[in-house]
Amino acid sequence: MTRSGLIEKLSLRYTLLKKDEIEVVVKEILKIIKDALKDGDKVEIRGFGSFRLRSRKKREGRNPKTGMKVLVPEKKVPFFKAGKELKELVDH
Amino acid sequence: MKKADIASALFERTGIARKDSGQMVEMMLDLIKETLKEGETVKLAGFGNFVVRKKNERNGRNPKTGQKIGITPRKVISFKASQGFKKRVENS
Repeated sequence: MTRSGLIEKLSLRYTLLKKDEIEVVVKEILKIIKDALKDGDKVEIRGFGSFRLRSRKKREGRNPKTGMKVLVPEKKVPFFKAGKELKELVDH
Repeated sequence: MKKADIASALFERTGIARKDSGQMVEMMLDLIKETLKEGETVKLAGFGNFVVRKKNERNGRNPKTGQKIGITPRKVISFKASQGFKKRVENS
């Protein structure tokens, strides 16, 4: 399922909002989660899971095209951990 | 940040009624869960993909006692953040 499929289905289930409003809502919810992580916050949703950032150490990489060595600096990457309920739901 | 905080932020950012904001957060998460339960991938443009992966049976050890144990085959969720999401948070 894609984001547009999600919007489509939600608009069938929740008729109090118009489809274009639901589209704004879905995009905004995803943005709220991204912004929270960017600000150093984590997002914990019971029954679903949690989003947080993990650190990656700096490392030496290579440019795959030229083979030249490049230093990849330390950075943060998004990480999702499924919650207990979601884990059980999927592993049935 | 918890589910209620996402709903509040949604209300503040979009002006969608509080009741609708809460409902939308709830329903969107439920729909993602239901989709994953069916083993279907959820691809959210600008955010990332949730994929159900099958893990084969493997041998493990109880880390406390060192005793060998079999780990049964199972399905787990993996989340891969989109390029845009990764870029947004890498220097957080």
